Amino acid sequence: MDYIDPHIHMVSRITDDYATLARMGCVAVSEPAFLAGFDRGSADGFRDYFRQLTEVEPKRAAQYGIQHYCWLCINAKEAENVSLSRDVIKMIPEFLDAPGVLGIGEIGLNKNTKNEVIVFLEHLDLAAKYDQPILIHTPHLEDKYQGTRMILDMLDSDSRLQRSRVLVDHVEEHTIGEVLDRGYWAGMTLYPVTKCTPQRAADMIEKYGPERLMANSAGDWGPSKPTAIPDLIFELRRRGHDEALIRRVVYENPISFFRNSRNFVFHDRAEIASRRQV
Amino acid sequence: MSQASPTRILDDQYLTVRAKLIEVAAVLDRLDRAAGQASAVSGQSGVGSGQGSAGAIDDLDQEPKRAAIEQAIQILLRGTVDPGERTEAIQRLLSRRYAQDWRQSFGV
Repeated sequence: MDYIDPHIHMVSRITDDYATLARMGCVAVSEPAFLAGFDRGSADGFRDYFRQLTEVEPKRAAQYGIQHYCWLCINAKEAENVSLSRDVIKMIPEFLDAPGVLGIGEIGLNKNTKNEVIVFLEHLDLAAKYDQPILIHTPHLEDKYQGTRMILDMLDSDSRLQRSRVLVDHVEEHTIGEVLDRGYWAGMTLYPVTKCTPQRAADMIEKYGPERLMANSAGDWGPSKPTAIPDLIFELRRRGHDEALIRRVVYENPISFFRNSRNFVFHDRAEIASRRQV
Repeated sequence: MSQASPTRILDDQYLTVRAKLIEVAAVLDRLDRAAGQASAVSGQSGVGSGQGSAGAIDDLDQEPKRAAIEQAIQILLRGTVDPGERTEAIQRLLSRRYAQDWRQSFGV
């Protein structure tokens, strides 16, 4: 089955992973800006990273027939440095018209600190001013519930934001209901230890239905599995769910959400094949 | 919306659940053994005239992580939550508390 991974950090994966994703049915990925495994020291370091996301990764993905999109920000884990964060936020508009840039993300909270909140609010302001969709990181483990509620409070209080243009990622059993009830998109991240398994994601699909719900692998530097979405597809098939439901979660929903961005240009397999024949 | 029957789910998952239960039991046994060894060592060295033995076990009982595990096990037994809500209840148990007035505390 064709699928889209809406949250995967391909800069931290080897080229062989692109080949594996393509063989598993992946036709597109979206890559939110993330941390580099260390704290970057300057806005210029981020400028180079944004060039990697907007220029290098799309070419690397295209070699395997995968369409690559991205989101830009300074990640919550680096937001304790408010001065650097402001320099990066000021520079982001340089890239917002680049092909494949879908919006601002993954912004959010990590340890739910005051500085993270300040930088998150300034990212929201950037997104509102430039009419950008938003992709949000919610904290992990014991910080997730509190941080998700704080994030929802801040989103709800900004009347400039349309809820249908915001994806709240890394939802789990104790946060998914609130995110969906308030009208936002929700992303389930399939990731060892700190997030959820394909089985638990299938449980949430059964409980909440496929409306505004997606799944991703978040494949990154850490112990993660870039082919986690095929694992979810397999689990749903094993439970007897029909192909239309599965396709909605892993393919149609990401496309519907990405259409909120003016930079989203997507070609399905049939279009690509017909172009080749011309 | 589940497509599988309860019997099929049980058949499918029994060995997985069995393995995880044994893993939890083994960790709890390991904790007990470590507490026992710590009390034996402190008893031999005469620390606290034998209070070290009770101290080590008391410390373990009062350790918040151990208490959280015990509470989570109670939730598994469905003593405190509605059917079908155990996962969310355990997630909330193992989470930091949310306060509605957090913005005032931060001054933002």
